[in-house]
Amino acid sequence: MDWSYTIWIPLLPLIGFLIIGFVGRKLPYPVPGLIGTTGIFGALVLSYITAYRYFFVANTAGSFEPIKGVEMLWMTFSDKLHFNMGVLLDPISVMMLVVVTTVSFLVHLYSIGYMKGDPGFGRFFTFLSLFTFSMLGLVVATNLFQIYFFWELVGVSSYLLIGFYYEKPSAILASKKAFIVTRFADFFFLIGILVISYYTGTFDFLTLNGMSESTLASVGSASFMGMSVLALGLTLAFIGGAGKSAMFPLHIWLPDAMEGPTPVSALIHAATMVVAGVFLVARLFPMYYHVDGGSVLHIIAFVGATSSLIAAIIATTQMDIKRVLAFSTMSQIGYMMLALGVSGYEGHHGLGYTASMFHLFTHAFFKSLLFLGAGSIIHAVHSNYMTKMGGLRKYMPITHITFLLAALAIAGIPPFAGFFSKDAILDAAYMHNKIYFWIGWFVAGLTAFYMFRLYFRIFWYEDREYHHTPHESPLTMTLPLMILAVLSVVAGFVFFYFLPFGTYITPTGEEFHMHIDYFLAGISVLVGIVGIVIAWIMYFKKNDKAEKVAKAFGAFYKWTYNKFYIDEIYMFVTKKIMFGIISAGWMWFDTYIVDGSMNLIGNTTVKTSHALKKIQSGKLQDYVYGVVLGVVALAVIFIYIWTR
Amino acid sequence: MNILTLLVVIPALTILGLIFTKGYKQARLLSAVGMGLQFVATLYLVYMYFQARGAGNTDEFLFEQNLVWFKSLNIHYHVAIDGIGVLMMLLTSIITFAGVFASWEVMDLAKEFYIFLIMLAMGVFGFFIAQDLFTMFVFYEIAVIPMYVLIGIWGTGPKEYSAMKLTLMLMGGSALLMVALLGIYFNSETAAGLHTFDMQELSKMHFPFAIQKFFFPFAFVGFGVLGALFPFHTWSPDGHASAPTAVSMLHAGVLMKLGSYGAFRVAMYLMPEAAVYFADFFLILTGFSVIYGAFVAVRKTDLKFINAYSSVSHVGLILFALMMFTKTAFTGAILQMISHGLMTAMFFGLIGMIYGRTHTREIHKMGGLMKILPVISATYVIAGLASLGLPGLSGFVAEMNIFVGAWENPNLLNRVFSVIAISAIVVTAVYILRVVGVLLMGPLKNPEHANLPKVKWFERVVIILLMGSIVGMGTMPLWITDTIREGLVPIMEKFVH
Amino acid sequence: MIQGIGVTDFFIISTLMFFMGVYGFITRKNLITILIAIELILNAVAINFVIINKYLYPEGLHGQIFSIFIIAVAAAEVAIAIAIVIDFYRTHKSVSVEEGEMMKY
Repeated sequence: MDWSYTIWIPLLPLIGFLIIGFVGRKLPYPVPGLIGTTGIFGALVLSYITAYRYFFVANTAGSFEPIKGVEMLWMTFSDKLHFNMGVLLDPISVMMLVVVTTVSFLVHLYSIGYMKGDPGFGRFFTFLSLFTFSMLGLVVATNLFQIYFFWELVGVSSYLLIGFYYEKPSAILASKKAFIVTRFADFFFLIGILVISYYTGTFDFLTLNGMSESTLASVGSASFMGMSVLALGLTLAFIGGAGKSAMFPLHIWLPDAMEGPTPVSALIHAATMVVAGVFLVARLFPMYYHVDGGSVLHIIAFVGATSSLIAAIIATTQMDIKRVLAFSTMSQIGYMMLALGVSGYEGHHGLGYTASMFHLFTHAFFKSLLFLGAGSIIHAVHSNYMTKMGGLRKYMPITHITFLLAALAIAGIPPFAGFFSKDAILDAAYMHNKIYFWIGWFVAGLTAFYMFRLYFRIFWYEDREYHHTPHESPLTMTLPLMILAVLSVVAGFVFFYFLPFGTYITPTGEEFHMHIDYFLAGISVLVGIVGIVIAWIMYFKKNDKAEKVAKAFGAFYKWTYNKFYIDEIYMFVTKKIMFGIISAGWMWFDTYIVDGSMNLIGNTTVKTSHALKKIQSGKLQDYVYGVVLGVVALAVIFIYIWTR
Repeated sequence: MNILTLLVVIPALTILGLIFTKGYKQARLLSAVGMGLQFVATLYLVYMYFQARGAGNTDEFLFEQNLVWFKSLNIHYHVAIDGIGVLMMLLTSIITFAGVFASWEVMDLAKEFYIFLIMLAMGVFGFFIAQDLFTMFVFYEIAVIPMYVLIGIWGTGPKEYSAMKLTLMLMGGSALLMVALLGIYFNSETAAGLHTFDMQELSKMHFPFAIQKFFFPFAFVGFGVLGALFPFHTWSPDGHASAPTAVSMLHAGVLMKLGSYGAFRVAMYLMPEAAVYFADFFLILTGFSVIYGAFVAVRKTDLKFINAYSSVSHVGLILFALMMFTKTAFTGAILQMISHGLMTAMFFGLIGMIYGRTHTREIHKMGGLMKILPVISATYVIAGLASLGLPGLSGFVAEMNIFVGAWENPNLLNRVFSVIAISAIVVTAVYILRVVGVLLMGPLKNPEHANLPKVKWFERVVIILLMGSIVGMGTMPLWITDTIREGLVPIMEKFVH
Repeated sequence: MIQGIGVTDFFIISTLMFFMGVYGFITRKNLITILIAIELILNAVAINFVIINKYLYPEGLHGQIFSIFIIAVAAAEVAIAIAIVIDFYRTHKSVSVEEGEMMKY
C-alpha cells in the first residue's frame, strides 16, 4: 500500500502557516482563520483516511506492524548517525494523528468566533497553524532527532501563543517561563538522545524498539553512577518528556501558561503538546521496558503518581477557573504517566500502556471541551475568577450542558468517556502496586470534587447581577463544544465495546481483551460520587461552608493555595542564585579581572613610557652626564675584559 | 582570469573606483554595484565548484593559481579553494553585500567609509582563498587594520578607546601568529631544499613533536584572539559596541570566523599532534567560555553588549567543537561559523536599525517596539530563535552537529564539558527571551517612540538576504553538511592514527 | 723632548684640564661658562696631540697639524656657539642652560 501521501498531513498546516504568515495577516476577518482552518481540515481528512486504512485495511491479521510512510535523509551527522525526516505510522502515531487533527480543527473553528475583533487575528492563526504543523511532525517522527526537532518547534509555538497578548506583562512572563522551563527539560532530553544514540548507534525508533533485552544489555554495558548508560539516557529523555508534560517538579510553567488565549490552552495545554511527554515514553516503551529490567518505568510511575496527587490537591483550592483546569490537566497526565510506569509488556500485562493511550485519547476530548467551555464563559463574563461568576446556567445553556457532560466524563462517571479509561488505569495500577492504586483512587475522588466545585460555582451557587448580561456564544464557538461533548460521551464505550483499544493499541501490536473489574470500577465510581456530593454540599447554594473547611485545614490550605511555594523556590534558585550570584559574579569577573587585566597591560605600558620619557629631559647637561657615565662604564668594562 | 583572483580584484577595483566618486550617493551606489558583482561572482564560484565536483574532479583544491611573489624567500601568491572555503566565501559575500545596504545612510565621509569597509572585505576574501601562509597573513592584516579607522571615525560611544583596544589586542594576536608562521617556515624544507610558506606542501611534511609543541600555542592563541578565545575576548564587546552597524556585522559575522578558521586550517591542520596534546587545556577554556558568555549576556543591558557576549558564547562553541577531533564536531564547527556569521550579522543589522531610530541601545529605555516596528521586531524574534537553536533555522543545524560530534569523543573530560556547553542552550534562551520580552513586548514604554519610521527598502534587503540564508540553511542543511564533510576528509586523515 | 719634564707630567696636566672641562660642562649653568669648559676639553685634547707627537713620534708633524685643525675648528665652533647663545638670550632673556629644555620628550 502506498502511504507516501501521509507527508501532506503535517505539510498542509505548514502551507497554511506560510500563506497566512506572508500574505494573510492583513486580510480582513475571517479570511486568515478560514485559510488556517482549511489547511487543518485537509490534514484531518487525510488523518481519518490514514486511520481507516491503517487499522481496517492494511492490517487485518490482528497484529499491527509499524510502517514508514515516507523517509528521507535530512542531514548527515556521521557515517553511522543520520538525521532523517519521515512519517512513521504505527497504532499510537495514527491515534495521535486523529486526536491532534480533530482537536486542532475544532479549536481552529472555535477561534474564528473567539478571536473575532482581535487585532492579532491573522497572527493568531499563523501561530496556530505553526503549532499544528509542529505537533503533527512530532507525532509522526520516525526517529529521536526528528522528535527533538519538532519538540523544540512545539515549544516555540507554545511560547508564541502564550505570549500572544504581548502587551500584557503577565503574558510575557508566562511565555518566558514556559519556554525556559521546558527548555531546561529539553537540555536533559538532548543529552539523553546523545547518550542513547552513542551506545545504540541509531536514532531510529524501529531499530531502538526492535532491540532485544540482551542486545540492549550488551550495547549499554557501561554504567554511570550505578545505572546502566541506556537507563540513564532513557531517564534523561523522560525528564525532557516530564518538562513538556508538566510533571512535578517541572510543572510550574503550566498554570502560568493560561495567560494565553483560551483556545490555545484547549489545544496545547490540554490535548496535544502536554501529552507529548506521555507520547515519548509510549513511543520508546519497548525500550523502557527492556532496559535494566524496566527500572526507569519505576521512576516514571512514581513521578506520575506524585504529580497527579499534588496537582489534584492544588486544584481544589485555586480560584482562577483556567488554573483549576491546568492543574487538572497535570493531574490527568500524571495518571497517564502512572499507567505507563506500571505497565507490563506482553498480552494483558500491557494494559497500562493501552490504558494510558486510551486515557490520552478520551482526555483530549473532555479536557479541550472544558477549556473551550471555560473560554466561552470568560468570553461572556470577562473574568477568569470564579468569584465573579455564579448562576450562569440561565444565560449560557449550551455551555452549561456541555460543561456538565465534560465534568461527568473527567469525574469518571459511567457511561461517560473518562470512566472507561480511568478504570483501565486503576486496573493496571492495581495489578502492579496497590499503593499506586489507592493514590489513583484518591485522586479520582479529588478530581470529581474540584471539577464539580468548578461546575457548581460557575453555573449555580448564586444569582448575581452582571455588569453586562452574559449571553451564549456564537455558533462557531458552540458547535465545537457540541461536537466535543458528543465525543466525550461516546468515546469511552465505543472504544471499549465496539472498537476496543486493547485490539488496536498495545505495546507489542498484538491484541488482548479488555474487561471491567467490577469491584475496582465500583469503588472508583463511589469515590467519584462522594466527591460530587461534597462539592454539591459546599457549592450548590451560596454559603460559607467552603471558608469554614479552608479554615479547618489552616496552614495546609494556605500552602496548597500557594501551590506549595514551588514557584517561589524556583524563583529563588534562578533569580537569586543563577542570575544573582553566578551571572553577576561572572560579569564582575569579566569587567574587573579579564577586561581589567587587559586594561592593566595597556595602562602599564602607558605608565612605563610616561616614566621612561622623563629621561628625555631636554636638559643638555643631563645628556652629557649620561654620555660621560656611559663612557666611564664602557671604559671600566673594556679594561675589565682586557685585563682578564 | 582565475575566478578566485577575480574575487580579490573586484573589491580592489571597487576601492579604486570609489576614490573618484563624489558625494555619498555615488559612493554607496558604486559600493552596492561592486559588492553585488562580488555576490554574483561568488554564486558563480559556488556553481563552478559544484559543477567541477559533479564532473568527477576529486582534487582536494580547485581553481588553483600559483605565482611567485618573493623569489628569494620562496613566497608565492598561491590561491585555491575547497568546499569549506567556498562556503566561507559565500558567507562573506552575503554579509558584505548586506553590510553595504545596512550602511546606506552613512553620510559623513561616505566615500572613505566604503573604501575601508570594502578593504576589510577584500582582506577576508583573500584570507579564505590563500594557500600560502605569508599571503594569508598579508590578507589577514588587510582585514584587521581598517577596523581601527572604521571604529575610530564612524563609531559611537567611547570609540577611540574601543578602536585602540581592539586593534592592539588583535595586533598582539598577530604578533604571536607571526612567531608561529616563521617557526613553521624555518622548520620546513621542500624537496628543493628551500623553506616554504605553502600550506599544501607544509601539510605533507611532518614536524617534530617538540617543534609543534612549541609553536602550536602561538598559532592557536594568535588566531584565537580574533576568534574571541576566552580570556582574550574583551576587545569584542567594546569593539562591537562602538563600531558602526555594517562594521559590527562584518566583524562579528566574518572577521571573527577568520580566527576560528585559521586556528583550524593553520594551527590544527599543520600541527595535529600538538593540537591533540593541548586539547584538554583549550577544551576547558573554550567549554567554559560557552557558558560564561551566556551568563554574562544575561546581565548586560546594552543590546550590542548582549549580542557581543552571545557571540563569545557561540564562537566559543566553534573552538570547543574543534577540540573534539571528530568529523561530526568539525562539521559542526564549520556550520557554526556560517550560522553564527549570518545570525550575528542579522542581529547587528537589526540593532543598527533600532538604534538609528531610537538613538539608544539600552533595553530598559525601550519597550513595546513590536507594535511600532513590526517587521524589524518579528525579524529580531526569529533571529533570536535562530540563536537559541530553533529547528528549521541555521543555529539548530550547527549546534546539533557539534553536540553529536562532541559526544562521539568518549573522554570523560570531553563529556563533562559537553554537558556544560549544552547547558548553555538554556541560558541562551534566558537572555534572548529577556531581550525580546523587555524590548519588543509589553506596552510602549517611551512615548517618543510612538512614531518611529517604518522599515525602509534597503533595510528590507538586509533582512531578506540574511534571513533567507538563515532559513535556507536551517531547512536544507544536507548539501552544506555534505560539502563540508567532503572538505574535511584530508583534514581528518591528520587526526586518525 | 723637554728636559726634566716627562710625558706623564703633560698627561696629568691635560687629563686634569679635560676633566675640569667635563666637570664644568656638566655642572655650570651659564652657557658662556659651558663654552669655556668646552674650550678646556678641546685644548686638553690639542695638548695631548702635540705632546704625543713630540714624545713618541718626533719625526712626524701629524699631531701638531691636527692640533692646529682643532684650534681652527674650535674657533669656528665658538663663533657658531656664541651666535646660538646670543639668539638663546634673545628668546629666553637668559643664558642659563636650564632654560633650554624645550626639546624634551
